Amino acid sequence: MLIECDKLSVHYGKRKVLSDISLSIKPREIVTILGPNGSGKTTLFKTFIGAVQPSTGQLKKKPGLKIGYVPQQLYIDETLPITVKRFMNLPGGHSKQALADALNHAGVPSLSTQQIMNLSGGQFQRVLLARALLGKPDLLLLDEATQGLDHRGSADFYRQIDSVSQTLGCAVLMISHELHVVMRKTDRVICLNGHICCQGKPESVSGSPEYQALFGLGEESEAALYLHRSHHSYSHSDNTPDV
Amino acid sequence: MFDDFLVRAMLAGVGVGLAAAPLGCFVIWRRMAYFGDSIAQAAVLGIALSLSLSSPLFIGVLVVCLLMSMAVSGLSGRGFTMDTLLGVMAHGSLAVGLVVVSFLSGVRINLMSYLFGDILAVGKTDLVVIWGGTCIVLGLMVWRWSGLLLSTLNPDLALASGFKPKREQLILSLALAVVVAVAIKVVGVLLITAMLIVPAATARPFSFTPETMAIVAACLAVFCALSGLQVSYLLDTPTGPTIVCLSVLLFILTTLVHRLIFNGLKQSNINHSNKGG
Repeated sequence: MLIECDKLSVHYGKRKVLSDISLSIKPREIVTILGPNGSGKTTLFKTFIGAVQPSTGQLKKKPGLKIGYVPQQLYIDETLPITVKRFMNLPGGHSKQALADALNHAGVPSLSTQQIMNLSGGQFQRVLLARALLGKPDLLLLDEATQGLDHRGSADFYRQIDSVSQTLGCAVLMISHELHVVMRKTDRVICLNGHICCQGKPESVSGSPEYQALFGLGEESEAALYLHRSHHSYSHSDNTPDV
Repeated sequence: MFDDFLVRAMLAGVGVGLAAAPLGCFVIWRRMAYFGDSIAQAAVLGIALSLSLSSPLFIGVLVVCLLMSMAVSGLSGRGFTMDTLLGVMAHGSLAVGLVVVSFLSGVRINLMSYLFGDILAVGKTDLVVIWGGTCIVLGLMVWRWSGLLLSTLNPDLALASGFKPKREQLILSLALAVVVAVAIKVVGVLLITAMLIVPAATARPFSFTPETMAIVAACLAVFCALSGLQVSYLLDTPTGPTIVCLSVLLFILTTLVHRLIFNGLKQSNINHSNKGG
């Protein structure tokens, strides 16, 4: 077990953000946490990286567990000059070879001297991935890492994650707010809304009544959105996300 | 040599420039220009208080600036934005400060020297205070550099690397308060933000990493302080404003030159590829 939480609850002041969360991640497992805005997904991540303390319950980590964190698409002010390699080596302590290897694994071997602000969204996301890979993590945490990328970009990015997790043998835990963009190789989907509503294989989750209650759209929202439904989508053999 | 007022003025200018310019980089990156401005305005209240209590100027200003920056950091996000809070508190303390000064009996206080600084009147004690402040600010920046930089880039990344962005923000506010407190004697309340921002902005186009930007900014600030002093001596102009004028002039010139070179390069690239293709 890489990480395991048992009846974990988190409060912000008096407000309960997470209650009774019990879950565990095994080595090499790919797990997606799915939840609407404000469901506590990011709080759960922050608890995992130690930035938020649980108010009750337990969080057990494998001794010496190394976590690589890939944040949401981030904005870097134009006034801040920084090269890819300086950004990656912050807070520092990595060798040139380690930096080159990480960039290679993330699929962007030639970017190291580029200015961050000249990168495209997809390139920057890969640089963030490379930075997370630097510490040779056992567990990669991805916080809506494909937000801001188009479908094709997301698909490419997930493909990269898949190859990284296979070559480096790390587990992947990612956050998403739509089932359409859940990575195909996901072993397990966990629906979160303050507590764990349901979990299981992607195809079983999408049919479950808890999922429908959480994400199902009423008639009003159906009228406002165009949704392309492809019910057979899980039977594809490639690893693109469902669109 | 410290008996010469010009030597003291030079040392004071160099000290303030060295502390203000690298800190100014963070002010630019984090878009805190208004924050710096507000703390400087609040310093007027500090001046008034230390005059009425006849305590050292530096202490009064430092205390008010620290209180102000902590109050703003603590209160922001609770129903008001930082911008609004700064506006209320900065102008509030400026106004209260001016009213307090008007009650002070005895010597009529020449507020002008606090608004625009009086670098030529810097004494030996002032020098100790200025360089003490400079060492504190530079020490804080070197010590916390990675944390400050990572929290500026992204608070979540900083958290994941074990830093506390809130604490880094507080450290920056403290450093700003110290810079304002020591810079009052040199450039005065109204021009402190210029000492923070202008050298950093000038350094931006010539820098590829945050570290080079901070170092280039510090060098530019020292250069402007020294040459500003010289010019003001020759032309008999007020020294603080002259230093700022030179910095701004340098900013305009380097920006223009950079634009020209950059556009020139682009143009020649286009011509080149046209010929090649």
